[in-house]
Order: sequence, then C-alpha cells, then structure tokens
Amino acid sequence: MKHTMVTRSLLWAFAAVVAALLVLPTAVVIPLSFTDKASLAFPPAGWSTRWYENFFTDPTWMRALGNSLTVGLLVAVVATVFGTAAAVGLRRWANRRAAGVTQAVLLAPIVVPAIVLAIGVYATFLQLQLLGTVPGFVLAHSVLALPFVVISVSATLVGYDDRLTLAALSLGASRWAAFRQVQLPLIMPGVVSGALFAFVTSFDEVVLSIFIKSPYLETLPVKMYASVTRDTDPTIAAAATMIMLLTTAIITIGLLSLRRRKRA
Amino acid sequence: MTALLESSVGPAAPAGPTPGTAAGRRGRGWTVFLLLLPAALLVVAMFSYPLLVAAWRSFAYPELGTQNYAWFFDGATNIGVLLRTVWVAFLTTVICLAFAYPYAYLMVISGRRLKTLLLVLVMVPFWTSLMIRTFAWIILLQDNGLVNEGLGLFGIGPLPLMRNTTGVLIGMVQVLLPFMVLPLYNAMAGVDMRLMQAATSLGARPSTAFLKVFVPLAMPGVLSGSLLVFIQALGFYITPALLGSPTEMLVSQYIYAQVNGQLQWGRGSVLGVVLLVTVLVLLAAAAALGRAGRRRQGATAKREAA
Repeated sequence: MKHTMVTRSLLWAFAAVVAALLVLPTAVVIPLSFTDKASLAFPPAGWSTRWYENFFTDPTWMRALGNSLTVGLLVAVVATVFGTAAAVGLRRWANRRAAGVTQAVLLAPIVVPAIVLAIGVYATFLQLQLLGTVPGFVLAHSVLALPFVVISVSATLVGYDDRLTLAALSLGASRWAAFRQVQLPLIMPGVVSGALFAFVTSFDEVVLSIFIKSPYLETLPVKMYASVTRDTDPTIAAAATMIMLLTTAIITIGLLSLRRRKRA
Repeated sequence: MTALLESSVGPAAPAGPTPGTAAGRRGRGWTVFLLLLPAALLVVAMFSYPLLVAAWRSFAYPELGTQNYAWFFDGATNIGVLLRTVWVAFLTTVICLAFAYPYAYLMVISGRRLKTLLLVLVMVPFWTSLMIRTFAWIILLQDNGLVNEGLGLFGIGPLPLMRNTTGVLIGMVQVLLPFMVLPLYNAMAGVDMRLMQAATSLGARPSTAFLKVFVPLAMPGVLSGSLLVFIQALGFYITPALLGSPTEMLVSQYIYAQVNGQLQWGRGSVLGVVLLVTVLVLLAAAAALGRAGRRRQGATAKREAA
C-alpha cells in the first residue's frame, strides 16, 4: 500500500508529538537536579551540585539506596531461579491443560491491582512480623517479578529443540548436566532478560513497598514518595537522575551482552 | 535448585527415557512437580493467601457480617468514587488509543531503522521508574511549572493542571501509552498489507480500503491494548495519589485512606474486593469475546473452504 506524502508527513508530525510526550517530560528532572535553591521551580535560576552532595551525605538516602540494591539483587536471584525452573517445568508437563492453568496462576500477579494485593500483604506481614524486613520485601517483590521471568524464559523455550536434551541424555549426561550444559546456555537470553526485568521491577516498586516499609527500613522509591508528599527537596531530582543513569547502564550492558552472545 | 533437579534423577532411574515418545519428550511427573514447586509456593504464600486475607477481612472486620458491604452500597460517596474511577480509566484508554493508533500504524509502514527508533522511544518509559515519571509531571504541571509558564506566553492561565482529575489523566496517559502501542503494533504488523492493495486495485478509495480492510483486521490489537490500559488504570495508585486530589479520589486512593489512614480494614477490604471483581469480570468478558471472535473466524474460514 502506497501512502501519499501528505499522509506520511501528517503521521510523522503526530508520531513526533507522541514520542516527545513519551520521553521528554521525564528529562526535566536532570536539569532540576543541578538547581542551587531548595525549590522545585523550573527552570532553575542558578546551578550547583549540592543536592548530589546531600544525597551521598544524608544517611537516610544512602540507607534507602542500599536497601533497594540489596532487595533488588535478592529478588533478581529468587525470581530468576524460581521462574526459570517453573518455565522449564511447564514446558515438560505432559498434561498441557494443567500446564496452561498453572501458567495462568503464575502470571496472575500481573493483572491484580497492586493496591489490592498490598492491603492483603500488609495484613499478612502484620501477623508474621515481616513489616520493614529485608526478607519481607524480597518475598513480596519476588511474586511481582516472577511473571516477567516466566514469560521471558518461556518465550526462549519455544525456540528450544527438546531433542538436544535427549541427545545429551542418551550420551550419558545426567539430567542436571543436560540442563546446565545444553539447555541453559541456549535459553540464556531469556533468563538474562528475565533477571533484568526482575531487578527493575523490585527497584521501582512503590505501592506494596509503602505498605510494608517501617521507619527503620524503606527502599529508595518509598523515600522518594515520602519526600514528594512532604517537602520540596531537590535531592529527589538528584536521586532520580542517578537511578535513570543506573537503569540505562544495566539495560545497555544487558542488551550488548546478549547481542555478543548471539554473534558468538 | 541443584538439589531439586538432581533429587528427581536418582541413580535407580533408567539411563534416560526412550527418545521419541511423548513421555520422553515431556519428562516424568516428579521432575515437573519439583520444578514448579518453588514458584507455586511463592505465589500461594505471597499472592493467593494475602488476597484471601483481604477478602476475609471484608466480612470479618470489625465483626463478622456483611455490614461493610452494606456500607459500600449505601453511600453515594462510595458509588461516586467507583464511577469516577471507571470514567477516568475509560478516558485514559480512549486518549491512549487516539495517540497510539497513528503511532503504531507509522511503525508498521516505515522501514527497519525508523521502526526500531520508534520502538526504542516506546520502550524508554518502560524502563523509567513510575515514581520518577510522576515526579517529573509534578514539576511540569505545578502552578508555576513549565507548562503554565508556556501557556502564560500566550496569555492563558495559569490553569490548575494538577491536584485534580486533569493531572491524573495527563500522568496516566503518559505512563500507560506504551501498553497501548505495543499490542496495537503487534496486531497491525500481522495484517497483510497486500489486502489493502487488492482493495484499491479493485476500485476502492485508499480511505475506504483503510477503514474496511485494515481497521477490522487490526481490531484484536485495539481490544487487547484497551483492556491492558483500562485494567491498569482502574487500579492505579501512585499517579492519582501524587497528581490527583483527595476531594476527587479514585478507588485506589480511597482504599489507602481507609486502611492506612483510618484503620478501617473492613471498608478498605470491601473496596479492594469490588475493584478486584471488576477487573476479573472485565478479563472474563474479554476472554469470551476473544473466543467468540476466533470461532467466527473459524466458521468463515470453513465456509470459504467449502
């Protein structure tokens, strides 16, 4: 189907506006993080790096960052191991109907509104005294991250030829060796992107976290949420800028390593 | 994990299943069970059980009975909040669709490089934290923010752009837009463009070919994108909490206020149950619609084959 120049130009103009809407608004936090006043006025009148200094010298921000990194890494490990095992199990299950139902259950946390799950988890954690604990955060975030791992590993499993496992087994490999040395390397792109998704899911999670935090343990998004609702402290802009750099770096490294693997 | 996998392959097991049989390809029951166990336990403990607790509390707090449900259906405020939530979610979906449709169409008709660029631009917000994006909107939409300064140059404003439903809509549309673009693009990429060529070569005007051929074929993408956006918009919390107002609350804000503010577990849980049931009903309706659509397509195909 050919499109006239007019149609194309109109589409382009429109898409440019949409693209700007998607990307540009968030960018304002970067210049704002270098403001010299304790206000969120934009554009800033003068420039300084004092909010970065404040971020790194304020123990509450540093602790929140440390908690977020700890929880995020643990969630990446738990969700990736559980999710990969589950995806491999679903693929092997002879009863396809049961496998379909089980998969739907494992993916259900995506469609349930976080706020509804949050009040249930809050009540449960009150009973179990898990509020404001690292294990509590890791468990609650892992269940939200699990679906992403199952989806991305299942997607790469579709392209996996089961006869390769059979070949390894018939040559005398143990089940574990066949998985570790044959199947896992081939589905690695899905595992890696699942792990990245899991980390980012935990690192960005706010709704559940504001329920299960305590005055002694909060994560970075919780601290940012509190900061926005309470005062006009541009430290949050400095934190936001660094988080964006960090996530961009993680994703770029992830994508590059996947591409290199594909080429090799 | 190692232990789990190896425990299912005892030394007594035969040296591997017979290749080629269904059982050999799919593995035995125990392996499957042990592989799925950790994930299933996690979901039961951190997802199913908490949801049951919330559902139970809607009947059991402060005392056993249906008084919380009576409270919900009695109050005009409560129904008002629910209706406002559905309305805001509907508007968000419609605006997202209006933005996403031309964007996804352009992705389908452009070359490889431009397509990749447009796709990356959609993915960027996916990777940016929701908290940061909402914070950025506060900076832009506040009374002396960039948007109002810009409007001021044209002699407009300052307009109240946040602490009201306008702010919530602006924020939600931007956050949920990728969830509309991606399913739309997927559906549109599967449409055979030669069908439109065929239509025009048979004398249809390009606009007719687009409306009568392309639009119906891309409809599944519209439905799944709208469902995805609408469901998420119903339960959104952070964006309404920061860009909206307590006087124009959405259900999620109401739940938070009841549980965290007033310790009204029963009432908060009823609101949660109502929200959850709404979402599940929508999903079931969409699934039924999808099945009916497939059946109709199957019937048409059969008729054509006959």
